[in-house]
Amino acid sequence: MRVPLSWLGEFVDLEPGTTPEAVHAALVSVGLEEEEIHRFELTGPIVVGQVLEFVGEVQTNGKTINWCQVRVAADGELAADGGPAIHGIVCGAHNFVVGDKVVVTLPGAVLPGPFPIAPRKTYGHVSDGMIASARELGLGDEHAGILVLGDLGLDPEIGADAITLLGLDDSAVEINVTPDRGYAFSIRGVAREYSHATGATFRDPALAVAATASTEVFPVSIEDAAPIRDRIGASVFVTRVVRGVDASKPSPAWLIARLKLAGIRSISLIVDITNYVMIELGQPIHGYDLDALTGGLVVRRAQPGEKLVTLDDVTRALHTEDLLITDGSGPIGLAGVMGGATTEIGAGTTNVLIEAANFDPVSIARTARRHKLPSEASRRFERGVDPEVAAVAAARVVQLLVELAGGVADGLGSLHDATPERAPIDLPTGFVSGLIGLEYTREEVRTSLAEIGASMIETATGLAVTAPSWRPDLTDKWTLAEEVARIVGYDRIPSVLPVAPPGRGLTRTQQLKRSVATVLAATGHTEVLAYPFVAEKANNLFGDPASSTVPQIKVANPLDGEAPFMRTSMLPGLLQIAHRNLSRGSTDLAIFELGSVFRPDEGVSYGSAVVPPAAVRPSAELEAKLNAGIPPQPFTAGIVLLGNTVRHQPGQAPIAASWQDALTAVAQIGLAVGLPILVRQGTHQAMHPGRTAELFVATDAGELSVGFAGELLPVVARGADLPAVVAVVELNLSAVFAQVTGELQATVIGTKPAATQDLSLVVDAQVPASDVLAAVREGSGALLESIELVDDYRGTGIESGRKSLTFALRFRAPDRTLTAAEASDAKLAGVQLAAARYGAHLRE
Amino acid sequence: MSAPTEITEPVVTAAVDAALAAIAAADDSAALKAVRSAHVGEASPLAALNALMRSVPGDQKAAAGKLVGQARARVNQALSAREAQIVEAEATAQLAAEAVDVTAAASTWRAGARHPLTLLQERVSDVFVGMGWEVAEGPELESEWFNFDALNFDEDHPARAMQDTFFIDPPEAHLVLRTHTSPVQLRALLGSEPPVYRIAPGRVYRTDELDATHTPVFHQIEGIAVDKGLTMAHLRGTLDHFVKALFGDEAKVRLRPNYFPFTEPSAELDLWHPTFKDGARWIEWGGCGMVNANVLRSAGIDPEVYSGFAFGVGVERALMFRNDVKDMHDMVEGDIRFSQQYGMTV
Repeated sequence: MRVPLSWLGEFVDLEPGTTPEAVHAALVSVGLEEEEIHRFELTGPIVVGQVLEFVGEVQTNGKTINWCQVRVAADGELAADGGPAIHGIVCGAHNFVVGDKVVVTLPGAVLPGPFPIAPRKTYGHVSDGMIASARELGLGDEHAGILVLGDLGLDPEIGADAITLLGLDDSAVEINVTPDRGYAFSIRGVAREYSHATGATFRDPALAVAATASTEVFPVSIEDAAPIRDRIGASVFVTRVVRGVDASKPSPAWLIARLKLAGIRSISLIVDITNYVMIELGQPIHGYDLDALTGGLVVRRAQPGEKLVTLDDVTRALHTEDLLITDGSGPIGLAGVMGGATTEIGAGTTNVLIEAANFDPVSIARTARRHKLPSEASRRFERGVDPEVAAVAAARVVQLLVELAGGVADGLGSLHDATPERAPIDLPTGFVSGLIGLEYTREEVRTSLAEIGASMIETATGLAVTAPSWRPDLTDKWTLAEEVARIVGYDRIPSVLPVAPPGRGLTRTQQLKRSVATVLAATGHTEVLAYPFVAEKANNLFGDPASSTVPQIKVANPLDGEAPFMRTSMLPGLLQIAHRNLSRGSTDLAIFELGSVFRPDEGVSYGSAVVPPAAVRPSAELEAKLNAGIPPQPFTAGIVLLGNTVRHQPGQAPIAASWQDALTAVAQIGLAVGLPILVRQGTHQAMHPGRTAELFVATDAGELSVGFAGELLPVVARGADLPAVVAVVELNLSAVFAQVTGELQATVIGTKPAATQDLSLVVDAQVPASDVLAAVREGSGALLESIELVDDYRGTGIESGRKSLTFALRFRAPDRTLTAAEASDAKLAGVQLAAARYGAHLRE
Repeated sequence: MSAPTEITEPVVTAAVDAALAAIAAADDSAALKAVRSAHVGEASPLAALNALMRSVPGDQKAAAGKLVGQARARVNQALSAREAQIVEAEATAQLAAEAVDVTAAASTWRAGARHPLTLLQERVSDVFVGMGWEVAEGPELESEWFNFDALNFDEDHPARAMQDTFFIDPPEAHLVLRTHTSPVQLRALLGSEPPVYRIAPGRVYRTDELDATHTPVFHQIEGIAVDKGLTMAHLRGTLDHFVKALFGDEAKVRLRPNYFPFTEPSAELDLWHPTFKDGARWIEWGGCGMVNANVLRSAGIDPEVYSGFAFGVGVERALMFRNDVKDMHDMVEGDIRFSQQYGMTV
């Protein structure tokens, strides 16, 4: 909403010299949001001149220019620029005659652009200024010719300041109107708010015009057979007729200037007047060419298949929820949104039917959205228009049509008003103070409410408050409390720190999340945050190791049509980020992200067709249903490593990132959460067939797969514009966290001397080392304190297809010093089990 | 040097002088070892003199013994002294030889880093945990009821259209990517009886194209408190404490009237700090207010018995004015150089 200050000043006292900035600050203090300040960006001298004579001169390019002598000051006086009273000016326009008064921008003036005016040589003359068009002054789009003041009905003195004459010295503040303050979409409403902010006297323009009753009925019927959400489409419908309007009369300059500052283009006098009244009073007005109407008006919902050509010449297929204005010919307007072409006011219109109605906000909002037609009218109806202002606004339009367009008010008209009476709101004594935490006096409460236009009566328990007709948002005692608090001022609310009951700190899961992030960062991984939007095929590639497709969630209105799906894996986003880093010269990368992936189960249709009502707690059953309709979103870790883990340095050869670094990171996460993550040889369509691990955690129900780690298939890496070796981890942390009990059973730390022994076993090369290790551990029994793989040898001395694994074993008894023989016996028991399971034998 | 045949003072003195000269001449451990062998070893003159003691007549034994013993003591003392010198010199030489350029150490580890947006969320959570609040979480892909209806966004309310929402396909399933962290608050209220004091940091979504100041995926921190007798003064008190804890004691909060469907009364939260980029000024940071009675009702809480306040702030925005990040692209592109400026703390 843009508010010209001159207009605002008509309804509220503005101190002389009040700046737009000051007005902004005042309005912001009562809850309107500050936007821009609008001005006609021009400075003088810009004066009224009179064309004394001109000579048409044909140029070589075929154009005719006029060499004009223009009087810009009284005889014997200096012009406003200090020059002579008569200036010679070259003018390309032809829509004037000798004697016309025009707007002359003298040297020194600056027009919007900025376009500074100076004497300049052109077409063989020195043009000492410029005769301006409406467009050059920023007043409108008219550029067919210069602005002839007589056409605007003006006959000012020569040399008068044209800036004040045309209202170009005005400025407007733009404010953002929150959805609860529809009334602030009018000068009337903003003036009232300004009065709240500053205490300046407010004069309600709605009281300045008397609504006159019609003497002859124009037939209007409201026939809403299908109200939306039980609300009749039109609660108020006022019509008035003005006859004998001169549609060709120009709009006055002040009106054009005010509309322009308010952000509305001047169209024609009649349309300008309807717009003017809308801005002033907040009541959208529609004007019909009375002679183009067929009979009376019927307001009804559209029928299936109906069409309407709207003012913008678009043929619109109507929806049965659309509220229409119809006459004998059929639909002639989308109520409250846009009029139709057939009854449009045009240059030939002489008799005007004015409509000022109050339409249901929901109906208008849906229609405006459905037809993508947000208009000045629909924006106001959606937020609620004062139902009591319709008749006043219609009268105001009549007044202006008579005053400015030479029309005659006619007795024909109608008034339908089915506005339900508003129930008073019970405001218990002390409620406002109790909610805000500030002791308001009885007087402060009453005065504040009276100031916003509410009426009230005392009751046994407090006040019964009737909200003003322009405040549909005031519906309960809480909304009234806000009014009191804001009128008295939010700055008076004290600061009191509440004492919360003792809390339990972060949950274990929250601590684990932090622990994982901290450990990964401390071990050289850099945290990044990727958008979770991906392409379907990226999800299919990484989403499910067992299948080439994965169920996934699609965004209905994605920003990027190439990536409309929610990620099922962390890796596609991380690979893109890796590529971006690489392209910026960071060639050694270890990046990670912790976040949600979206993993719908196959065949489940999520969501809920039914949305429970607001302001009521849903039943436990319904709540459970809503929750069951939300797809699983496990918290997941993704890691991508490439380039070197250790770079080339003095005395240090580079170490390239590989599958081993991915598994190191997995082990580090295991350390962070206090739960070993088990590694098994695995397969995955996106991964290197021989360098991929599947990850597991132990659960009561056996081992649970929680992710994978290793190296990407080189072709996949190259497909992501990355080097051939890219190591990755994808780990479902939610599944891991679920197994963390945090209640570790401590073992006794033995202090008796340990016995260490090495063991080399030969097995088939296919047997995983971890299986052999597990067998030795199991077979060796309780005396074995630790076992580590120290070598994997293949080659000379070992038959082909087999390998020699060397383990370092440490034995210890809790209560005595072990003998070498005891340790050896335990070791051999381990060998026996490895032999039985995997055909292992001691290396000779 | 021939072996001595009798113990006389000149013979002993000669042996001692020879030994002392040799000790003084030895300049490393190996040379000293050879000297020790030659002058005090089994084949040395002093050893031979010692052996002659057996044949010294009894009345001369004392004098001869003293002569030889003193000689041996002098030589051994000299040897020890020289040995200490050589050990020290050799140790010093070894340390000198081991000198390195400590500024050129090879590192076998990489520097990692946290992302400042996640760090900032943790920091804010810690401030509230310190006040006894608990941290709440909820799904990013939400039911429309939790994201809108339950929060008093009527399906036809202009505020619902204001929030540029990502809808999940098909729209009839009424699922959205949450447009704010407020549904988490509602879940907190549904999940526990008041008093409830919860802070909910998290990722949210709106259909804004990425530019210097907007991103479709961003982070919010919202807090809600529902208890008996909570007032807007308590809201202000909480915000005052919060901004001072996060930005320092000079930070100030201003409340301006505003509109949000889920609060009534509602306020815009402005923040002032003397050291913000571009000087001390008020910066619009978030929204707050008293929890709307309809929101309490949606959670089955009687607004005549309980009241509550709520607030929400943008994490990206905080990072912009707190750490002078000028462009949203830096926060979302994942360039490791951005996170690495912060390291492990924000």
